[in-house]
Amino acid sequence: MDRGPGTASGGSFISISENEQRCYSGLSTLCQADSSGKLAASKVGELFRASQLPAETLHQITDVCGAKRLGYFGSGQFYVALKLLAAAQAGLPVSLESIKEELPLPRFADMKDDRDPRYPSRSQSSDTPSHQSAAASESVPRAPMDRGAVRHQGSISERKEPWSPPPSPCRSPPDSPLSYHSYAYSIPRNGADAHLGQTPGVSVWAQDTSSPLHYGAKPPMEHTSSRHSAERPVDHGIVDYPDDPWRITPEQREYYTNQFRSVQPDLGALILGSVARNFFTKSKLPIPELSHIWELSDMDRDGALTLAEFCTAFHLIVARKNGYPLPESLPPSLLPSFAEKDAAPPKLVSEDMFFETSGAPQQTDLVLAERTEPLISFEEPDPGPSLQEKSESEHKALLSEMITPKQDLAEELPQSAFSPKRAPVTTDQEKPPERFHRAPEQDPPHEPEPHVRSRARPRSYSSTSIEEAMKKAEQPPTPPPRPQKSHSRASSLDLNRLFQQGTHGLKSGYLPHPPALPPRPTATQIPHVPPSTEQSSQKAVRQPDFADFDRFREEPPQEMGLLQPPQKPLRRKYHPESQARDPAQTFGSPAHPPGGNRPPQKLSSGQKKDVQLAIRKNKETNAVLMRLNSELQQQLKVGAAFPLGCCALYTLGKFQVLTLVRLQVPPLLVSLRTLAEQSARRMGFPLRAMHHQPACWLSVAAHVIPVRDTLPSSPKQQQGDGKRIPPLPNMTQRPGTEAVLQSELPQAPPTRGEPIPCHCRS
Amino acid sequence: MAVCIAVVAKENYPLYIRSVPSENELKFHYTVHTSLDVVEEKVSAVGKVLVDQRELYLGLLYPTEDYKVYGYVTNSKVKFVIVVESSNTSLRDNEIRSMFRKLHNSFTDVMCNPFYNPGDLIQSKAFDSVVSSMMVQAC
Repeated sequence: MDRGPGTASGGSFISISENEQRCYSGLSTLCQADSSGKLAASKVGELFRASQLPAETLHQITDVCGAKRLGYFGSGQFYVALKLLAAAQAGLPVSLESIKEELPLPRFADMKDDRDPRYPSRSQSSDTPSHQSAAASESVPRAPMDRGAVRHQGSISERKEPWSPPPSPCRSPPDSPLSYHSYAYSIPRNGADAHLGQTPGVSVWAQDTSSPLHYGAKPPMEHTSSRHSAERPVDHGIVDYPDDPWRITPEQREYYTNQFRSVQPDLGALILGSVARNFFTKSKLPIPELSHIWELSDMDRDGALTLAEFCTAFHLIVARKNGYPLPESLPPSLLPSFAEKDAAPPKLVSEDMFFETSGAPQQTDLVLAERTEPLISFEEPDPGPSLQEKSESEHKALLSEMITPKQDLAEELPQSAFSPKRAPVTTDQEKPPERFHRAPEQDPPHEPEPHVRSRARPRSYSSTSIEEAMKKAEQPPTPPPRPQKSHSRASSLDLNRLFQQGTHGLKSGYLPHPPALPPRPTATQIPHVPPSTEQSSQKAVRQPDFADFDRFREEPPQEMGLLQPPQKPLRRKYHPESQARDPAQTFGSPAHPPGGNRPPQKLSSGQKKDVQLAIRKNKETNAVLMRLNSELQQQLKVGAAFPLGCCALYTLGKFQVLTLVRLQVPPLLVSLRTLAEQSARRMGFPLRAMHHQPACWLSVAAHVIPVRDTLPSSPKQQQGDGKRIPPLPNMTQRPGTEAVLQSELPQAPPTRGEPIPCHCRS
Repeated sequence: MAVCIAVVAKENYPLYIRSVPSENELKFHYTVHTSLDVVEEKVSAVGKVLVDQRELYLGLLYPTEDYKVYGYVTNSKVKFVIVVESSNTSLRDNEIRSMFRKLHNSFTDVMCNPFYNPGDLIQSKAFDSVVSSMMVQAC
C-alpha cells in the first residue's frame, strides 16, 4: 500500500490503497493540478459536488483535510479529501479517524474515472447522472451503451459518432459512413445498441463543459471490420464532446492507433509523408484540405507523422468528413500535449494496458519528473475510457503510480516507444480547458513538439529528437546543392569546364565524375599499385588527352592511381564485348576502341615517361594475364573460354598499354609485369621496371604468348595478323591467350612501339 | 514590412506572389521578374567558389526610386524576393534577413507537406499567414 501523501493534518499518515491511489490521482488530474500541485478549486468543487454529498459535509471535508487552512488543495489535502468523501459516502463521520480504515472509493456522480469498484455503482449512477447531464450528454450522442457492454466489446476502436448533437445512435449507424469503415459505432456492435448513450458519467465535469468521456459509451465498432477497411472512418463523431468536437475520444484514439498500426507497425515510429499522403487521400477529401490538415497536424514539421500527429490528422479528417469546417489553427484539444495524452490511452487500451501508465513512462524524463500528480491522475482518468479495462488499468495505474511511476511504467508499457513524443496521458474526460490548462505545463516535457514549434524550427539542420532526426533522414530534403559549378545558365559549358578542370585536377584527386567503379582487377592492380604511382601520374597526365578515357580514368578510386582507372573502365567496356563474343576473337575488336582513341601526340617528356611507366606496367600485367590464361587453359584443355576476363589495351600516344582484367595470380602478375617491362624494353619503350624477377620471368616467358617479332617494324602487319599469333613454344594457341595478344596488336599504331608480344618471343 | 513578397521556382516561374493590394500589382510582378536577372547574376558571381560558400541571402538586388528589392536564394535554387518601400528606412538588413529566414522556414514546411507537389502554386494557409505577418499592414 502506498502511503498517501502527508495529510494536511500533519503527522498522521493516511494510508491509501492502490485502488485509491489510482482513483485519487486520476481525480486530481481531473482537477487539473497545476505545476505546483495545487488543484483547481473549481474542479475540486465540482468533484465534491459530484459526490452527491450535502454541502456541509463537503465543507467539513474541506476543513478536515486541511485545504481550507491552506487555501488550496494540494495533493495531500486532495487525497485526504477524497478519502473523507468516501467515508462520508459510506456513512462514516467526516474525520481523520474514519479514513484510517479501508474505505471504498468515493463515488462521484458522472465521474468518469472508472474505477472498478465504482464501476458498478457508477454505471448505475451514470444512468442517472446521465439524465442529469442530459444537456451535456446531448452532446454526446453516444448511446449509453453500457459500459460493461462497451468494455466487453473490447474493440474500442470504434469511433464515436459524429459530433453532431447526440442524435441518437440510430443516426450513427446510418451516418457512419460505413463506407468508411464502419465507424458506425452503433451498428456493428450493436446489435443491440445503438444505444450509445454517452456515458454521462464521463461527465462529471461534463456537466459544465460537457466534455464527457465519450469513451464510455463508445460502441466499439467492430474494430476489425473498420480496421480492415483501409478507409477512414468518417463518422466517428466525437460523441462526447458536443462542445469540443476536436477532442479525440479514447475509442477514436484507439481506432486511429490501429490505423496507424496498419500503416506502420511500430507505433513509436513515424509514418512518412508520402505514405501518409496515400493513406489520407483515401478519405476523398480534396487535396487542399488534406494539405491544410497536414499542416495542422505535423507539429514538428518534419514531414512525417508520429502516432500523435497521425491521430490528430485522422481526427481532423474525420471532423471534416462530418462537416466540421477545418480550423485555421490546431484546436487546443488536438495540441500535441493532448494528442499525446490521448494517444497514450488508446494504446494502452489496445494492449490492455492503461493509457496513463503508458503515457507516464513516456514522459518519464520530463513530465513525470515535473508532475507526479498529474501523471498519476492521468492514469486514473484514463482508465475511465478504458472502462473495459478497469481492473487492469487500475492495477496498472496503481502500479505505475506506486513507485517510481515513471520507470515502472516505462518498463511495463510497451509503448515506451512513444516516449519521445508522448506527453503524459490525460484523461479524455478532462475538459478541454483543463487540458488546455495542462497543456502549457506539459509543453516543456513534450519537448519535441512545442519546442519545435516555438523555436525556429531547426529544419534539417538539427533535430530535437531522435525521431525528428529519423524523419529528416528519411524524408526527401530540399535538394542538396548541386555539385555543379557556378554557372548560371548553360550548364553544359560548366561541365565542359569542369571536365577540363577535372582532367587537370585528376592528379590532385578531384574527380567530377561519378564514383569510381569497384576495382575489379585487383590482382592486376596489386602489382601495379606499388610501382604504379609514377605511371599513374603519367597516366594522369595523359588522361586529359583522351576524350574518352577521361571519364573512365576518373572513375576508379584515386588511390589506386590513375593507372587503374583507365584499366577498369576499358575492361568493362571490353568485357561485355568479349563475353559476348568468342574471347579469342573479341580481343581484337575490344582492343580497338581504346586503340582508336589515340591521344593527341602532344605529350611532354615527363608525360611520356609517365606513359611509358604505365605502359610497362600494363605490359607486365598483360603478360601475367596471358600466362595465367594459358596455364589455365592448359589445365582445362579447353580451347575456348577466356578465364581471366578481358584485357584492354590502352594506347597512349606512342605507347601501348595493355590492361589486364581480372588477373588472379599475383605471382604471375609479377612475372608478367616483368615480362612486360622486358618486352617494352625490347620494343624500345622506356618502360620502367617495376619488379624484376628474372626467375619468374623465365618461367613466364615460356608461357607467354609470343609476340610478333616484327611488331616494331611492321605494326600494320601485325595488326593484320592480329589474329594469328605465333604459338608459344609450349602452348597451343588458345583463344584466351590469343585474345590477349590480339588486344595488343590491333592497337599498335603504325608508329607505335610494340607491345609485349614481341617480348615474349624473346 | 514588405510591399511585395514573391517566391520563384528554380525554373524562374512564380510559385507565390503577393503584393500589397493598394498598389498596382502588375508593377510589382514586373519588378520581381526583372529582379530575377539580378539574382542570377549574383548567383553566378558567387558560383566561382563552391556552392557551400554561397550565401543564401543575396542582399539588396537593386534599389529604385520607390522601393528596394532584396533577394534570397535557397540551395535548391528557389528564390525569394522581397520588395520594400524605399521610404521605409527603418528596415535594417538584419530584419530583412530574418524575414527571409522565416520565409524559408515556412517554405520548407510547405515542401514537407506530402500533399504539396513541388512546382505547384503555394496555397498553404500557414505560408499565407507568415507572409501576411510580414506585409505592410497599411492595406
